[in-house]
Amino acid sequence: MIQTEDLSKQFGDFRAVDGVNLTVHPGQVLALLGQNGAGKTTTVRLLTAVLAPTRGRAQVAGYDICTQPDKVRSVVGVLTEQHGLYLRMTGEEYLDFFGQVYRLNGSSRPRRITELLEYFGLGNVGRQKIGEYSKGMRQKLALARALIHKPPVLLLDEPTSAMDPESARLVRNSIASLRSENRTILICTHNLVEAEMLADQIAIIYRGRILTSGSVEALKKRLLGPPEYEVRIRGEWPRGSFCLPQGVTLSGEWDSTRRFSIEDPDRSNPLLLQRLIGEKVQVVAMQEVPRSLEQVYLTAMAQVRQDA
Amino acid sequence: MLNENFALVWLITRRELRDQFRDWRILFPMIVLTLFFPFLMNYTASQAVAFVGRYGANLIGERLVPFLLMVVGFFPITVSLVIALEAFVGEKERGTIEPLLSSPLKDWQLYLGKLLAGTSVPLLTAYFGISVYLIGLRIQNIPGLDAGLLVQTITLTSVQAVLMVSGAIVISTQATSVRAANLMSSFIVIPMALLIQGESVLMFWGNNQVLWTAVIGVTVMAALLVRVGVSHFQREALLGREIDVLNLRWIWRTFWRSLRGEAKTLGEWYRREVAGTLRKQAIPILITCLLGLAAILAGYFWLLANSSRLQLGHTPADFQKVMETTLSAPTGVQISFQYIWLHNLRAVALILLLGIFSFGVLGSVVFIGNIGLIGAVMGLIKLVGFSPELLALSGILPHGIFEIPAIILASAGVLHIGVILVTPLPDRTLGEVILGALADWAKIGFGLVLPLLTLAAAIEVWITPRLMLLALQGGG
Repeated sequence: MIQTEDLSKQFGDFRAVDGVNLTVHPGQVLALLGQNGAGKTTTVRLLTAVLAPTRGRAQVAGYDICTQPDKVRSVVGVLTEQHGLYLRMTGEEYLDFFGQVYRLNGSSRPRRITELLEYFGLGNVGRQKIGEYSKGMRQKLALARALIHKPPVLLLDEPTSAMDPESARLVRNSIASLRSENRTILICTHNLVEAEMLADQIAIIYRGRILTSGSVEALKKRLLGPPEYEVRIRGEWPRGSFCLPQGVTLSGEWDSTRRFSIEDPDRSNPLLLQRLIGEKVQVVAMQEVPRSLEQVYLTAMAQVRQDA
Repeated sequence: MLNENFALVWLITRRELRDQFRDWRILFPMIVLTLFFPFLMNYTASQAVAFVGRYGANLIGERLVPFLLMVVGFFPITVSLVIALEAFVGEKERGTIEPLLSSPLKDWQLYLGKLLAGTSVPLLTAYFGISVYLIGLRIQNIPGLDAGLLVQTITLTSVQAVLMVSGAIVISTQATSVRAANLMSSFIVIPMALLIQGESVLMFWGNNQVLWTAVIGVTVMAALLVRVGVSHFQREALLGREIDVLNLRWIWRTFWRSLRGEAKTLGEWYRREVAGTLRKQAIPILITCLLGLAAILAGYFWLLANSSRLQLGHTPADFQKVMETTLSAPTGVQISFQYIWLHNLRAVALILLLGIFSFGVLGSVVFIGNIGLIGAVMGLIKLVGFSPELLALSGILPHGIFEIPAIILASAGVLHIGVILVTPLPDRTLGEVILGALADWAKIGFGLVLPLLTLAAAIEVWITPRLMLLALQGGG
């Protein structure tokens, strides 16, 4: 579990992280979104006890980042923004080195290394120098390093950047699988599609402050308003306005299509359909208007700039 | 548990060494320096020995052989310094440091691992170079190196390597780029070159005892540098600093904040800041007082013990003549207030400057030298038949009551800077620690030393000579 309370970090006059409150439970993925320099990497460094907070506190897997930094570092697996690989080492040597750093004992270490190399499709290049690896292979090796000690908490900075679609999918699948193993995962990413796919919770950070956080659905509702549905019919729409159920408002119309904003689709959608049928309207299709996390993010950013 | 902790240190060292030995840019100069350079030195030694032998100056040849041995050991260390210089900052630039910093490795494990790796290569290359040189000497039947001198030179080479590498690693933790670290390496290379020159003089002089003192001095400095490095190594500082900008405003603000403290008025500054700093420096002050006392006694007894040697070529009449000239001199004329005041300030500045670069050690040496003179002068007075107690009361005490405490406080302050530098202060960067320590020194310097020296200079010019004359005329 990750829990932060008013977590803040100041470098001189610059507030890199300002009063961050986050809670990520085991088996959950939280995606931290934000511009470059918003404070994502500093937050990760605070949570790995590499940086000490200037204010506030945080607990990672039950350990306090200020008073138990060594413990925190031993239970966290970190994928840093830069891969941080020693290019003159082979993949096996590299994992073996970090296996020893994390005190994996003699017999379990080679087994774990083979397991990870095979999982990430690097089994056949394990004895090659990392300098000869492609960008994607390096990223996968860095992820393997983060997982070498089976940490209960994972902090992943841009886990699929520089990866080809196949490798990116493999990494996304592995994150999903790690979540199902009840691990706590925090990812920092600019890839909003990926964040939407993986995250149970989203937090948008801007100039060190969390602008908004919650599940993807909750954020969409909060920032983009109630969900919208488009109804396409055969023929003409009835002239004048027919009585819409409560919580349903007309938000757009063109050709044979009308768009409705619906507060509570589970309750209102059946009522709307009933009324349309009552009006002898032949409904061809009714579908939700897709709203992406990108829209949520851009709306949040636009709002904060407007407020500023 | 201890073994496990050191196993991680060794793990870091092993990885670094393996990495270095896989890099031809490191291997190539090492091989050249360890194989080719000693042969060149062998050739130089044989030619020089033969040349000076023709003119009967065999002694120069003999002294040249150990000197070249030291050079053979020193050169590879200088080249291998690059490895130590980039130990931390190089990893930072390549982005490989963060996974290490995010791991459960402790700061000291990381630091010592890097230090060992940084020291191993220079030492290995130096020892190889020395071995090749010695084999060459043997083959060419060149004499001039006994076992004692060999042990001394190897010891000196080893401690010099540790000193240079320790300094380089400290620079590596503080620099923001490899480029900056390389530029800053002149702070190591230049003093080391001066040290080597000094040691060369000692070698040609043939005074092995003094050379052992140099070995001890270099060892102490190396140990202190290692301690400074371990004390002020901070994960946060490594990742926090990004750009090489000399922020004079920050430097001045930090210094001024520490100097001024919480005080609003001058009185409050004296009561809170100066008094507080004095309390902080109680132990260094006590140590300096004891050193001063020992120096006075040593100066006094040394002069008496060596009186026969000092009097060689001088008759008692010569000493009497000096005394008569002194007594007949008009008081307060030749030596002005400004002269004495500036002279004392120069002494204090020298103590500070030398102390800063040597963790207070050389500052204390200057203090001991200065204060030891008092004892020596008292010995001299006794030697020419006057009462040293009388001299102390009339010629030293009137201004010394202000001057000696001022010099003690200034020296103790410098010693305190050294202590602060080797003390771990996890919540402050090395820059903040240095500025804070300098501000502490400045509090005592401006608040007490300067006024005391001003008062002492005035008394020394206008009061002491009159009292001394009265006493000596009466006592003589």
